[in-house]
Amino acid sequence: MNATENNNHLPSRSAPRHFNLTARILHWSMALMILAMLFIGIGMVASLSLRPTLISLHRPLGIAILLLVIVRLINRLRHRPPPLPADLPAVQVFAAKASHWLLYALMFAMPLVGWSMLSAGGYPVTMFGGFTLPAIAPHNATVYAVLRSAHTWLALLLFVTVLMHLAAALFHAWVRRDGVFASMARGDDPTNANSTSE
Amino acid sequence: MQKTTPTSNLLSRRPTWLPRFAIAFIVAAIALAFAWVAGWLTPDRLTPARFTNAIETSNGQVHRGFRRAHAKGVCVAGYFEGNGQGVALSRARLFAPVRTPFIGRMSIGGGSPYGLDAKARVRSMALQFNSDDGQQWRMAMNNFPFFAVSSVQAFYAQTVANAPDPSTGKPDPAKVAAFAAAHPEFARFAAWAKNTPWSTSWANTTYHSVNTFRFSNSAGEQHHVRWSMQPQTEFVAMSPEEREAADDNFLTEDLTTRLAQGPLRWEMVVTLAEPGDSITDPSQTWPEDRQKVTVGTVVIERASPQTTGACRDINYDPLILPTGVDGSEDPLLAARSAVYSVSFNRREHDIATGKADAAIGQASSQEASQ
Repeated sequence: MNATENNNHLPSRSAPRHFNLTARILHWSMALMILAMLFIGIGMVASLSLRPTLISLHRPLGIAILLLVIVRLINRLRHRPPPLPADLPAVQVFAAKASHWLLYALMFAMPLVGWSMLSAGGYPVTMFGGFTLPAIAPHNATVYAVLRSAHTWLALLLFVTVLMHLAAALFHAWVRRDGVFASMARGDDPTNANSTSE
Repeated sequence: MQKTTPTSNLLSRRPTWLPRFAIAFIVAAIALAFAWVAGWLTPDRLTPARFTNAIETSNGQVHRGFRRAHAKGVCVAGYFEGNGQGVALSRARLFAPVRTPFIGRMSIGGGSPYGLDAKARVRSMALQFNSDDGQQWRMAMNNFPFFAVSSVQAFYAQTVANAPDPSTGKPDPAKVAAFAAAHPEFARFAAWAKNTPWSTSWANTTYHSVNTFRFSNSAGEQHHVRWSMQPQTEFVAMSPEEREAADDNFLTEDLTTRLAQGPLRWEMVVTLAEPGDSITDPSQTWPEDRQKVTVGTVVIERASPQTTGACRDINYDPLILPTGVDGSEDPLLAARSAVYSVSFNRREHDIATGKADAAIGQASSQEASQ
């Protein structure tokens, strides 16, 4: 297990073994928010009684996710994530990287599509206390219909991707036991001087 | 990672299928929970989509691109002028002594855009106000002063009971009778429909919020309210003979004629509930002596066809409200909001996919000739 980490060809210092604190806080808080959003969203359109309550949560929570993913992307680009284990099969490496970028893309797309969709439907994009966001798409039936469908299908894609991400994380934690899960679950041992991220 | 070798050995002696099973179980449990919330596992649960399906069935056919309820109407535009009296009741900007423009729609009940005006007992006024503070208030009002039924389930039962029997093309009288017997509150609405004089115009008709809303003023005081739009145009009753002779589209023709002569006005009258008045049941009216406050005037200046007018792509969701107005606990309000949303999504989708020529004023489809 530890041998894999020695394989990292880094000249001056060792690679981080864990995501930095900002990344971990953003990851776990957004994990909760996104899972909540998916359930709020599907519940909102399937309920004859809960829609008003859920929609008033859905919109500000969506915009909060949009703001947080911007912070998260900046943090991700400025701080190198820990490397994947060297013995991870190529196909799993590809799946891991592709799914992470898909998750990032969807975290941006879902709130932006939702915001544009409401704009195209002529709806006020109400946050709370009468605060309303400006329209970012023209009020147009076709634009609305396309974005409304896209919002649903991207949500289902996001849900499936989140489930696969969760399955993969647990696979690393319980089957491979290779430290990948721990890299997001906890920080470096403070006694380990070489472990700080950039 | 695993620094404690004994633990690792202990873990590795576990059967390898166990963690895999646990992962599959967790993922499946979340997916099932999602499917349950979505209503996919409970085909009998009433959802907004299933309610809209029932409305479409009850209409006899789907008129693509048109509203699934109140399909026939005309766009109107004008402004609301507050008189300042409403400021004491609600923080909504509408009530300030300013003019707030609106895009509205006058319609008749029913699911056909080709329905006969003289046969539609229900007439409606819908308004979307755009305040100068950036907020919106949408209203969807009807000429009946109280709702036909007291619950969402009863409304659904009414919709199902009124669906045409495939063999006759008309509602099955036995099902209609069974519905009425099961919902005694409906008798009052039936009496209203039978006995209330028909007006000669959209212009001389009173429109009611029907459902209860909650106003809050700048001091934080709250009132449960209902409101009505009371016409300044004098009421004139229409005789059965006149209705028989009336043109299919007489309401739109009448409105256009009247607007050519000048704007049409309604006073907005807010009624305040007192303790004990029914908030959650729109089939129950409040006593006549409740305090009423006239808060301003609705002024309609122009009309345009719904196929090309600005109201076409608006969902008059009665729960799109400004600060100072909230929906009440009346469950029919939430249900209206949910079903209107599905109807809006479907007709905008029809338009986007080119299935709605008639609805967008391109009379190349068969429907336009009906």
